[in-house]
Amino acid sequence: MADPRLSSSNHAPGFPPAIRLEPGQLIPFDQPQQHMNHPPPPGMNPMMQMQQGPPPIPQLPPQMFTTAAQLLDLTDKKLMVVLRDGRKLIGVLRSWDQFGNLVMQDTVERLFVPKEFLYADIERGLFLVRGENVSLLGEIDLDKDDYIPPPYQLAPVDKVFALKKAEDVENKKSEKLKQKRLAKEGFEGEHAGEAIL
Amino acid sequence: MLFFSFFKTLVNHEVTVELKNDISIRGTLKSVDQYLNIKLDDISVVEEMKYPHLSSVKNVFIRGSVVRYVHLPAAAVDTPLLEDATRREASQAVAKAKQG
Repeated sequence: MADPRLSSSNHAPGFPPAIRLEPGQLIPFDQPQQHMNHPPPPGMNPMMQMQQGPPPIPQLPPQMFTTAAQLLDLTDKKLMVVLRDGRKLIGVLRSWDQFGNLVMQDTVERLFVPKEFLYADIERGLFLVRGENVSLLGEIDLDKDDYIPPPYQLAPVDKVFALKKAEDVENKKSEKLKQKRLAKEGFEGEHAGEAIL
Repeated sequence: MLFFSFFKTLVNHEVTVELKNDISIRGTLKSVDQYLNIKLDDISVVEEMKYPHLSSVKNVFIRGSVVRYVHLPAAAVDTPLLEDATRREASQAVAKAKQG
């Protein structure tokens, strides 16, 4: 039987163990199984054998390194979500799952037009966002809540929306040109799949 | 899994994450998960005026799939160790493929 400390019992529920170890097998790198409370037996950690210098940094518990743990901290907080298409949603995160699907309450969509330094808010309400469409979640610092750096100014939604649309059209054009030139050189751009959609 | 472990050794270091939509966000690496989703604290955006939506944000969760590069502090990376670990993982993969 392998060392019980190396068994896969201390990973977060619902998540598979990081790497399955055979008895006697060396640990490939630093394993999540080792952490502060359970130092590995001497000779088991290649990091220890190889590092002549300072001892390895104690590892944080593996439960901290799951999607769930990361999102748990953000639950019921006011967040700014950037979607893959560039939309910015501001709302309170109420629920989520392991895929990063999100439920946002009291959501406001904020449009920015960097060229004219204008922005506008549109009330949207409740959102369920599919995880694959999320690019970034930002927790809003409540001390700096709704701080938008000058010279950005609030403008009527209609005006900002029209400007934004014009800007998007222009961006799409330049993106298309870029893809075309890249394709000519034999590259397949990062957003190649999305550009078609 | 190797790079998951590798990123875990970089927790609490300053890194710059460049996204596929060209935003570069600098901050302290707080957490990483199996998909290489990244959590950064005390962030600063390289071109703030271009990305005003991040001005009132203190920490971010970045989905791994939108990351283009992570700029690492050279001093925090033990390159020989990483090379060794990579080779070991590769040889294990080969051994496993032969078995199965």
